[in-house]
Amino acid sequence: MLFTTVLSAVTTTLPSKLPAASTGHPIITMHPVDFLILFVYLAFVIGIGFVTGKGSKTSEDFFLSGRSIPAWITGLAFISANLGALEVLGMAQQGYEYGMMTANFYWVGAIPAMVFMGVAMMPFFYGSKVRSVPEFLKKRYNEQTRFVNALFFAGLTPVLSGVSMYGMGLVFQDLLGWNFNLAIVVSALVVLAYTFVGGLTASIYNEVLQFFLIVLGTAPIVFLELFANGGWNRFKHALDAMSPGAPAIAATGSKLAHAASAVAAHVAPTGSQWLTTWRDSGGTANPMHITWPGVVLGLGFVLSFSYWCTNFLVVQRALAAKDMNSAQRTPLLAAFPKMFFPFIVILPGVLALPLLKMHPLVAPHPGLAASQNWNNVLPIMMGRYFPPGMLGLGLTALLASFMSGMAGNVTAFNTVFTYDLYAAYINRNAKDEHYLRVGKVMTVVGVLASVGFAYVCANMTSVMDYTQQVFGIVNAPLIAVFLMGMFSTRTTPAGGFWGLIAGSVISGVLLIIRSPWAGQLDIIGKYFSTDMAGTFWCAVWAFLGGALVTYVVSLMTLKKPKSDLVGLVYQVTPKPKEDAALPWYKRPLVLGIIALLATLALNLLFW
Amino acid sequence: MIDLRLPIGLFFLAVGIILAVFGVISPHNAPNLHQKINVDLYWGVILLLFGALMTIFGYKGQKSGKNDSK
Repeated sequence: MLFTTVLSAVTTTLPSKLPAASTGHPIITMHPVDFLILFVYLAFVIGIGFVTGKGSKTSEDFFLSGRSIPAWITGLAFISANLGALEVLGMAQQGYEYGMMTANFYWVGAIPAMVFMGVAMMPFFYGSKVRSVPEFLKKRYNEQTRFVNALFFAGLTPVLSGVSMYGMGLVFQDLLGWNFNLAIVVSALVVLAYTFVGGLTASIYNEVLQFFLIVLGTAPIVFLELFANGGWNRFKHALDAMSPGAPAIAATGSKLAHAASAVAAHVAPTGSQWLTTWRDSGGTANPMHITWPGVVLGLGFVLSFSYWCTNFLVVQRALAAKDMNSAQRTPLLAAFPKMFFPFIVILPGVLALPLLKMHPLVAPHPGLAASQNWNNVLPIMMGRYFPPGMLGLGLTALLASFMSGMAGNVTAFNTVFTYDLYAAYINRNAKDEHYLRVGKVMTVVGVLASVGFAYVCANMTSVMDYTQQVFGIVNAPLIAVFLMGMFSTRTTPAGGFWGLIAGSVISGVLLIIRSPWAGQLDIIGKYFSTDMAGTFWCAVWAFLGGALVTYVVSLMTLKKPKSDLVGLVYQVTPKPKEDAALPWYKRPLVLGIIALLATLALNLLFW
Repeated sequence: MIDLRLPIGLFFLAVGIILAVFGVISPHNAPNLHQKINVDLYWGVILLLFGALMTIFGYKGQKSGKNDSK
């Protein structure tokens, strides 16, 4: 898989190899008790939709939950909305391919940005009372900047949701033998039912349920895989035996001999490298073939900050919080469970290395048996070690991850469309009920567009890998425009607008060069050892391009008077007095420092 | 608005009971392992406890929330 996203961890950085279409019979058979658990889950999510729907009477209720939700709920929803199927399936797969280095998507590519969001940026988002990220751009810059951002976001969100839908449909088809169309239609209808009736509140409430379900449905596989490996120490010995040419590879048979020799041509990871994050990143002789500056700048700064600090999908959860302190604590409280996610979404992939006996440098190909296609390593391990009952819970957790991601996309899409496109340009002075109706119609449109794009993916498989890169790189200039707008009064409306345009054009050119249809044009691909490294550095360039143009145009154009920037820019916004009575665990800065120290400790543990 | 801990608690209570009961009446050890582990029973009990705790907290929260609003 190419790279990707961080939709997940940084959406942009999600993994990406397509679950390759496989042949043969399903390898996982469900028992009636598994279906029972699945139906109980479906009944609860729809039920939650209807219960929360009763309280959803105004457009603010529908799009922003009436800004009334406690921090622990918005915090868990903050994680869950981006915990889509691509993250849960893709992270295990990347764990199989790159080992614990994949945890960089969390410990570098998520936590620092989430802390920055809570401590430094949320006061402006929540304090300015905006209803969406594009609306903030309108207040800080101008109408045009909002329009460009809203258009990109509304256009791309259903696409991402469709990619996720396709990935999940394929897994259920290949491994369980379900009908692809039925799987897609049924899950889309369920998501539609609860987001249509209950809006953002239903989505957030279900995201919290889905969060617990994903954790409790996948955690047992880690223990069972450890048992299967004979414990941690034996697992490490088995990893050492996994080098190319070792018996595990040879055992895959002559059919794969050509692939095995291709493996030997690479610098393949050795056993202990699969359990490290930074140790060998001074050069490219590490599982990701990437050096630490690329990881820190590309993933840790540009991709991560642009996703966690500007993507409305996650920001919207914090805006639904009941007060400023809760909004600030939303990403901070989310950071704590998030930092331990590698142990349940990545580790199952790493632990599977000796169990699947398929070298990760041998790319899955169409002739490969579904049971050996490590793109699907997580459901394969569930099918192998979960008995009936537990299997139902595990598969329901996978379905939940898909639904939480899709609902997150759909609720963000309908809000941006209604507030930033419809109410801004098409019908400005309608009554509140009208906007509520438009939001509901757009919920249906968002779901239908997602389904449509799932079928585009089904017919053009290269689209899926590519989409992941699009998201990473397209968002990159946005963080430049945000940071320069929030932390400098000198940045002008024209600077912000042209910076965004220039950054997007640079992104577009880079994406065309790197598209699967570019062929020989892909001069960047030849320069970088892996697609992932290429994506990281392209994001950095798009960021730098956007920042440079913002700066230069700002030097030449009129800035806004400082009185217009109060509440939007750091220097001219009165610092909120922190309530002295607040206990330490409610103070954003204290929580942020603890989260960073804990993340540092995890990095050192898997150095 | 409903206290969210209540539906989450009830859901895991239901799933925990299903798993634990299934683990008792139709014991399946985890397949493909040397060790005999009745995963359904053990994990079902854990989910059941988690669900029960959430339900109790949710019920209490719901009650106090209603009193507050009065």
